[in-house]
Amino acid sequence: MREIALHILDIVENSVKAKASLVEVIIEAKNNLLTVTIRDNGKGMDKEFLARVTDPFTTTRTTRKVGMGIPLLKQAAETAGGTFTITSELGKGTEVKASFVIDNIDRMPLGNVAETAVTVLNPEVDFVWVYTVEDRTFTFDTREVREELGEIPIDSPEIVTFLKSLLTENIESINGGINL
Amino acid sequence: MKSIADIKAIRDKMQAQIVNRDNKDAEQETRIVVGMATCGIAAGARPVFNELVDQVTSRGLTNVKVTRSGCLGMCKLEPIVEVFVPGEEKVTYVKVDAQKAKDIIARHIVGGQVCTDYLIGEE
Ligand SMILES: Nc1ncnc2c1ncn2[C@@H]1O[C@H](COP(=O)(O)OP(=O)(O)OP(=O)(O)O)[C@@H](O)[C@H]1O
Ligand code: FES
Ligand SMILES: [Mg+2]
Repeated sequence: MREIALHILDIVENSVKAKASLVEVIIEAKNNLLTVTIRDNGKGMDKEFLARVTDPFTTTRTTRKVGMGIPLLKQAAETAGGTFTITSELGKGTEVKASFVIDNIDRMPLGNVAETAVTVLNPEVDFVWVYTVEDRTFTFDTREVREELGEIPIDSPEIVTFLKSLLTENIESINGGINL
Repeated sequence: MKSIADIKAIRDKMQAQIVNRDNKDAEQETRIVVGMATCGIAAGARPVFNELVDQVTSRGLTNVKVTRSGCLGMCKLEPIVEVFVPGEEKVTYVKVDAQKAKDIIARHIVGGQVCTDYLIGEE
C-alpha cells in the first residue's frame, strides 16, 4: 500500500464485512505522532482467533488462505517507529489502533482520506470520521447526512461526489498547509 | 466551505428526478461493481471506484449505481470491474486504471459497446 488512507480503507472493509452498523475512524496528528483508530460494533473475534489475527495465515476467507489486511497495517506502523494494537470482543466489536512517527523517514504519507471515506459509504452502515491536526478538529457523521437525504441512498454517485468535495475542503482547512 | 446543509438542494433535485421516473425504470438499473479486497485496494481499486462515480455524476447518468464488493478471486488481475447492464451478460474488466474507468463509462455505459480491449486475455 502506498498510503495510510488505503490501509484505513482496507481495515474499514473488515468492519463492514463483520456486519458493523457503526464504524468510527479517528485520525489524529499531534506532537509528531499520527494515530489512527478504527472502531466498530461488528461481530468481533474470540480470544483465540484474535491472538493470531496479525499472522498473515489467519483469515476466514474462503477464496484464499491468507488475510493480509491486518498484518500489512501492523508492519507499516512498526516500520515507521509506531505501534499497533487490536482489541476485540465476540459479539461486541473490534478496535484497531496504529500509530506512526510523523517525521520517521519510513512513514508512508497519510494520503487521500476524503476518497477513502466516500469509497466506503453505504446505506447500511453509519460512519463517524474525526480528523484532528494539533488543536483543530473536523467531524463527519453520516447519520447527519442521512437525516438530510431522507429516502435517497447515501451512495448515489451525485451524493458521493458532493461529499468528497466537502471532505476535501474541510480536511485541507484542518491541515492548514501541513502535508501529512 | 461546503457543509452538510448544502445537501438539501441536491436532494430536492434528485427527488424531482425520482418522481419523474416510472417503476419500469427502477428495474433497469445498471450496476458497476469494483472489487475492494486488500489486493484490489493495493492494485488501485480506490481511484478506479472514484473515477467511475465522478464520471457518472458529471455525465448526469441516472440509473447507474457504482458499488464495491469483496474479493473477486483473481488477485493478479486486480483492479477488477464488473458491469451488469439489465438484459445483457455480465462483463468483467481486468487491470483497470482511472483512464480505463473513464473509457468504460464513455464506450460501454454511454455508448453501449463493450470495451473488448480491457477483457481477460487482452490485458
Ligand atoms: N473488524 C473485524 N471484526 C471481526 N472480524 C475481523 C475484523 N477484522 C478482521 N477480522 C477477521 O480477521 C481475519 C483477517 O483479517 P485481514 O484483514 O488480515 O485479512 P482478510 O480480511 O481475511 O483478507 P484481506 O484483508 O487480505 O482481503 C478476517 O478474515 C476476519 O475473519
Ligand atoms: S484476494 Fe485477490 S482477488 Fe481476492
Ligand atoms: Mg481484510
